[in-house]
Amino acid sequence: MEITQELVERIAHLARLTLSEEEKARMGAQLEDILGSMTALDRLCLEDEPEEERADVLRADEVGQSMDRAILLENAPAADEEYVLVPGAMGQGGQE
Amino acid sequence: MNDLLTLSALELGTAIRAGEVSVEEAVRAALTVAGADNAFVTLAGERALERAGKLQKQVKGAQSPLFGVPMTLKDNICTVGMPTTCGSNMLKDYRSPYDATVVERLNGIEAVCLGKTNMDEFGMGSTCETSVFGPVRNPWCAGRVAGGSSGGGAAAVARGAGWFALGSDTGGSVRLPAAWCGVTGIKPTYGTVSRYGLAAYASSFDQIGTVCRDAADCAAVLDVIQGQDPRDSTSLPGPYGHLLERLSGDVRGMRIGLPVPCFGEGLDEEVRRSVLEVAQILRHRGAEVEECPMPAMEYALSSYYVMACAQASSNLARYDGLRFGYRTRDCRTLEDLYKKSRSEGFGAEVKRRILLGTFVLSAGYYEAYYKKALAARERIKREFTRLFERYDLLLTPVSPGPPPELGESLGDPARMYLQDTYTVCANLAGLPALSMPCGFHAEGLPMGAQLVGPAFGEEKVLNAAHACQLETDFHKRRPALRKGAVRNEMGDGHRP
Repeated sequence: MEITQELVERIAHLARLTLSEEEKARMGAQLEDILGSMTALDRLCLEDEPEEERADVLRADEVGQSMDRAILLENAPAADEEYVLVPGAMGQGGQE
Repeated sequence: MNDLLTLSALELGTAIRAGEVSVEEAVRAALTVAGADNAFVTLAGERALERAGKLQKQVKGAQSPLFGVPMTLKDNICTVGMPTTCGSNMLKDYRSPYDATVVERLNGIEAVCLGKTNMDEFGMGSTCETSVFGPVRNPWCAGRVAGGSSGGGAAAVARGAGWFALGSDTGGSVRLPAAWCGVTGIKPTYGTVSRYGLAAYASSFDQIGTVCRDAADCAAVLDVIQGQDPRDSTSLPGPYGHLLERLSGDVRGMRIGLPVPCFGEGLDEEVRRSVLEVAQILRHRGAEVEECPMPAMEYALSSYYVMACAQASSNLARYDGLRFGYRTRDCRTLEDLYKKSRSEGFGAEVKRRILLGTFVLSAGYYEAYYKKALAARERIKREFTRLFERYDLLLTPVSPGPPPELGESLGDPARMYLQDTYTVCANLAGLPALSMPCGFHAEGLPMGAQLVGPAFGEEKVLNAAHACQLETDFHKRRPALRKGAVRNEMGDGHRP
């Protein structure tokens, strides 16, 4: 199938990635190439396939020990003594 | 000292417990070659020597056959005290606050970790060239790739920098580098080794495995790392253990299938011949070997790449530049921070797989790709169930040909993905699969044969491999050390 520049831009936005013009062209062509090699799936008819039964396996909802906050914050790119610091999230959001 | 490097892990373990070799001598021997092939991201020589000194005092009470044996960990397995980078700019400075379950288990038997090995970024690659720390070179030929994604660990074992390595295998990432580096690697049954502390790529396929000198060492390592773990909800109840003590090499009466599609178009003639020689060896030792059909194989690669990328796009959404990992320096809004951090933090192959995964999960394409891939996976599982009613094991090549030249695969991802043609089936169905050396291609490049077993069939897989290794010496051959190949002999700490 054809992967247009608009489609690449839409997917990149969904994946929260910014691509340069050069990257958009290259990724588009490569995705087209990869999807083009997946023609085997076209031969599969979903109506002929039995539905698989699945069940979620959940662990017991028990209170356990949490990791130490100070240790976790050591990996944060920006933090004060209690919290991870990020740019303001209110009033400027992203375009959806 | 370098005679030590030719021993297997079990032979070294025996020598250590007998007092013939000290743990420190073993660590020092391994460190002489650890700088070769760009196999390590973090080499922790001083730390390993310090641990060796402590362990030497306990050697008399040693229980495990792997006590004091130096080994390596792939850099997507979390460790306290050493960085865990996943070969990515995104995690270049990440320090895990906890040890993976497999690390706890190896500490429990007093193995010695030499460091963290280089890998394709987040495990995404078949050639070990997508790491931000540069490609791993094939120990047998510096101009060729080592295979990915656990290429650093496989190259290190081939070289002698550690007697075994832990890697992870999502679509062949333990078996392919093992084949191309001339060593033995096993991906056990899905759910038998805890993934707690393994950085996620495609969670329904990811499985920690091991690269070793031979099948017996693989058995010994699996005896340590397999087991149910309450911290991994996909880990399964046993039985576990006793793989090593049950290794007999007796394959009499074993039925082994050669799936016809694995020997068809696209397979290198020398690889075909070598794998068929393995079939002959197994026949000679009393197994029945015959061709078998496997029509669902045609869906395997597409099904795998659709689902692996879909899971990757979801798993890697956690790298948002907020709580850990790389954060861009230049951003004004939160949206900006997400996009720039991810775009600057991830390399090209990771972005490609995230995009592909996002695409196949997006409205309008989900039915045509993701749902079909899921159905194909079920079809492949059913086919394996049928095959294992008739056969104990399947024998196939590991890869269609010898390792490509460095750089050859990077511009053509669709072609690189073909390297995984024979390995992804075992991941799709969650089955144990082993790669072992089966000969040398022109230019002295190693080739591998793959044995696939039913779920929890590790004993059969290892036994057949052991049988072959009793008859051949491919697994005992070591690459020559080129002058100037060792970059940094006693290097310590993290790479720039």
